[in-house]
Amino acid sequence: MEGNMQIKKESTGSELLRRFKYNKSAVFGLIIVLFMVFCAVTADIIAPNDPYPSPPVLANKLKPGFWNDNGAEGMPLGSDGLGRCVLSRIIYGARVSLTAGFVAVAIAMILGIAFGVLSGYFGGWVDAVIMRIVDVMFAFPALLLAIVIVTVVGQGLEKAMIAIGIVYSPQMARIIRSSVLYIKEMEYIELQKAIGSSHWRIILRHVIPNSIAPVIVYGTLMLATAILDCAALGFLGLGAQPPTPEWGAMLSNSYSYIVSGAWWAATFPGIAILLSVLGLNLLGDGLRDILDPRLKQ
Amino acid sequence: MNKKKELLKVNNLKTYFYTHEGIVKAVDAVSFSVNQGETLGIVGESGSGKSVTALSIMRLIPQPPGKIVSGDIIFDGKNLCALSEREMRKIRGSKISMIFQEPMTSLDPVFTIGHEIIETILLHQDLTKREANKKAVEMLEVVGIPDAHKRMNNYPHELSGGMRQRIMIAMALSCNPALLIADEPTTALDVTIQAQILRLMNDLKKEFNTSVLMITHDLGVISEMCDYVAVMYAGHIVEYTDIYTIFEKPMHPYTKGLNKSIPRMDKETKTLDTIKGIVPNLLHLPPGCPFAPRCEYAFERCFKEVPKLIEVEPRHFVKCHLVEGKFGAYEKEKIREFDL
Amino acid sequence: MSKLIEVKNLKKWFYVGKVVAGKRKALRAVDGLSFFINNKEVLGLVGESGCGKTTCGKMLLRIIDPTSGSIFFDNEEITYLDKNKMKRFRRRMMIIYQDPFGSLDPRMRIGKAISEPLEVHNIGTPHEREERVTELMEKVGLSPDQINRYPHEFSGGQRQRIGIARALATNPEFIVADESVSALDVSIQAQIINLLKELQEEFGLTLLFVAHDLSVVKHICDRVAVMYLGKIMEMADKKSLFSNPKHPYTQALLSAIPIPDPKKRKKQEILMGDVPSPVNPPTGCRFHTRCPQVMDICKKEEPPLREIKPGYHVACHLYD
Repeated sequence: MEGNMQIKKESTGSELLRRFKYNKSAVFGLIIVLFMVFCAVTADIIAPNDPYPSPPVLANKLKPGFWNDNGAEGMPLGSDGLGRCVLSRIIYGARVSLTAGFVAVAIAMILGIAFGVLSGYFGGWVDAVIMRIVDVMFAFPALLLAIVIVTVVGQGLEKAMIAIGIVYSPQMARIIRSSVLYIKEMEYIELQKAIGSSHWRIILRHVIPNSIAPVIVYGTLMLATAILDCAALGFLGLGAQPPTPEWGAMLSNSYSYIVSGAWWAATFPGIAILLSVLGLNLLGDGLRDILDPRLKQ
Repeated sequence: MNKKKELLKVNNLKTYFYTHEGIVKAVDAVSFSVNQGETLGIVGESGSGKSVTALSIMRLIPQPPGKIVSGDIIFDGKNLCALSEREMRKIRGSKISMIFQEPMTSLDPVFTIGHEIIETILLHQDLTKREANKKAVEMLEVVGIPDAHKRMNNYPHELSGGMRQRIMIAMALSCNPALLIADEPTTALDVTIQAQILRLMNDLKKEFNTSVLMITHDLGVISEMCDYVAVMYAGHIVEYTDIYTIFEKPMHPYTKGLNKSIPRMDKETKTLDTIKGIVPNLLHLPPGCPFAPRCEYAFERCFKEVPKLIEVEPRHFVKCHLVEGKFGAYEKEKIREFDL
Repeated sequence: MSKLIEVKNLKKWFYVGKVVAGKRKALRAVDGLSFFINNKEVLGLVGESGCGKTTCGKMLLRIIDPTSGSIFFDNEEITYLDKNKMKRFRRRMMIIYQDPFGSLDPRMRIGKAISEPLEVHNIGTPHEREERVTELMEKVGLSPDQINRYPHEFSGGQRQRIGIARALATNPEFIVADESVSALDVSIQAQIINLLKELQEEFGLTLLFVAHDLSVVKHICDRVAVMYLGKIMEMADKKSLFSNPKHPYTQALLSAIPIPDPKKRKKQEILMGDVPSPVNPPTGCRFHTRCPQVMDICKKEEPPLREIKPGYHVACHLYD
């Protein structure tokens, strides 16, 4: 099969880009994610209304959107229980959710890379201790653990982000550790020993850059679940506090109105969560297929 | 020599791989033949297309991305390219067998070797289980495995590399195939074990009157085993002749260079002669002769036009413009240089 | 001639498998090696897979720590030096690997890779280092304008050149070449062998050339040591060893190499059997299970490596 060996070489940037274009679902995912980012960045400009007018215009309470002739004026997706524009709040919510997701994943990455690299590179008792802690954290369902942490440190969006970051870090640590274990055996790492490089140099210059690829993939997938969990904490009232336009909190504040016929106030934030999670998952799966040649074909 | 029956004839075989990056012409217009009881060696460096040629004959090219684009593979009067997958399955393992470089990957780790050999026999021969078992033990004895009965119950990982290769040979020969394709069968082995396996293959070939297609990068192995040799480079057969001519009077510049660049046990040399440049990337082959960029004798025409395979003597084929010239009075100056 | 490297009774046992009665089985990869390498000499270390030749080479560079024995570099013992004290020696000894694909960091530009030893040892300013890299690249036959490329853009032979350039960067005296040409295609292999030989002569390098291919060793080495199951069986200058090998193993090894000349097809002596496991090496002489000239004493008593004539060492009872 030497013919194939000639073909199977390390991928360059342009090569990766081309492979990405062939992957339709990844492109679709990317479009959704980009749209979300666009909303988050330009929320101040594109949102038709103030997401939290004060004082609340209670006269507009629970008005339907464009599909109804009696809909609230200038509020295409209707208004919520406090008369606020649902669309505007969803658009601003993208900002909240994305930030929350990114911060949580960043925390998970920093912790995960630190512990995963230490554990994989040094092995021995360092590895044993870190991995046992990771095992203990894995024993709890992620959301439950996040709730415990939030209960201890207190409620609020910032604390929810930190809690989710901590809860996700063991997963990251495991992924990093396994790729470090593989890279550690490579000859270019052994050579560093022969040259006389310090551990720090080896880790920062060679181990981390080479083990980062799976982190990017799982980071994207993790972003989706982080957004979902943030929303869940918000829904439970442990995350974002009113009046922050957070999708989970919006859902939780409005779902009781569904019974009375005002379905829109809860449905649209739900769809926003669904779409963003879907988009990130598609993108993450696509990235994995592209970056991992073993899964190709 | 010519009286022997022609067993395999490959005619203008083209096997391409269609990748995102472009078309890889792994095997490009290759023709050769193997007579009954004869050993043909295919020698070449990585990417020369020697393994793909073997897999094409077995019709085992992964498809996609690979495809046999054109050409005929006439085996025992039948064109293998025209057979259905079902008919092909009957031929594989019974009439044409193959052994690979790394026996560990071709043996299933969860089965005993006895089980595997018996399965192979039962698949192609009309025997009872007991008869198959007896035959399996017999085959293990033939390939020189001591305590054959006991070994039947071993798993592949319990055996050494040399032993595993013997097992592969036993399996390959169990149905008495007319053609055995050996793809670098000794490359993963140590020299002393390689010597054992080569001798075994030579003995068995005579005993079973099997034709062998030997694929290797090692000219030493070629000289020990083969009657005829095809030298491949970048998907082309550049020279094809008998074993003596290839070492004594090679005509293609690549064969010449290859001969000179191997460090020899039997000769004293100060510096090795080398072939300049690097093995070409099959995705970006130059137009014209693929060897031209590395060839000392290359002239204008070599960079423009792929040379034809010319029969300069009976069963001595060369694909080179210089040889063409030699017999058609072309580019005389170059030829004089070439003759030196 | 002064000795640059000297090794005394060097051993490396790896402990493998399950714990039985409080102990694990010892895989005796290297089991008592004593030899030296003179300054500017090329010593070939040959043997079949699993004979411990690579482990030995890596111990000399202190990449692997020995189980016992001692290693001297330029008359100083380096066997038990700690990381910091060892660093002083690191720039004087380097390694070239077998696999041109695994020995270069895929995410590091090759210029950076070649200058890394210089950076680690704080040699020169960044500008001087870049000049040195350019010089080295020219030396090994690479074009200096490729300095900012990544390893995947190079072929196997070119990558091996990069590895050689990197090994030369700090101007070392001693280099271990671990199967440095065995992964290459024949036509490329010859280029690299010639390059190594040229550089060795030009810089007066001392080389330990670890290989399984005797024909390559014959081409490049001054002296040759033949290993079998963690021990040296025979060690002598190249000429006498190849023209008149004494040890039955060396004889068999030499005759097993297929010669690319069909007229020299020979009825060679073929060794029967497999290499025994280094976990349970045979008693007495390690080679007795496969030796065509085995005697009674071979099964009981292990022959020491003896100097039978000046500079010629054999471990075999035939020469008692």
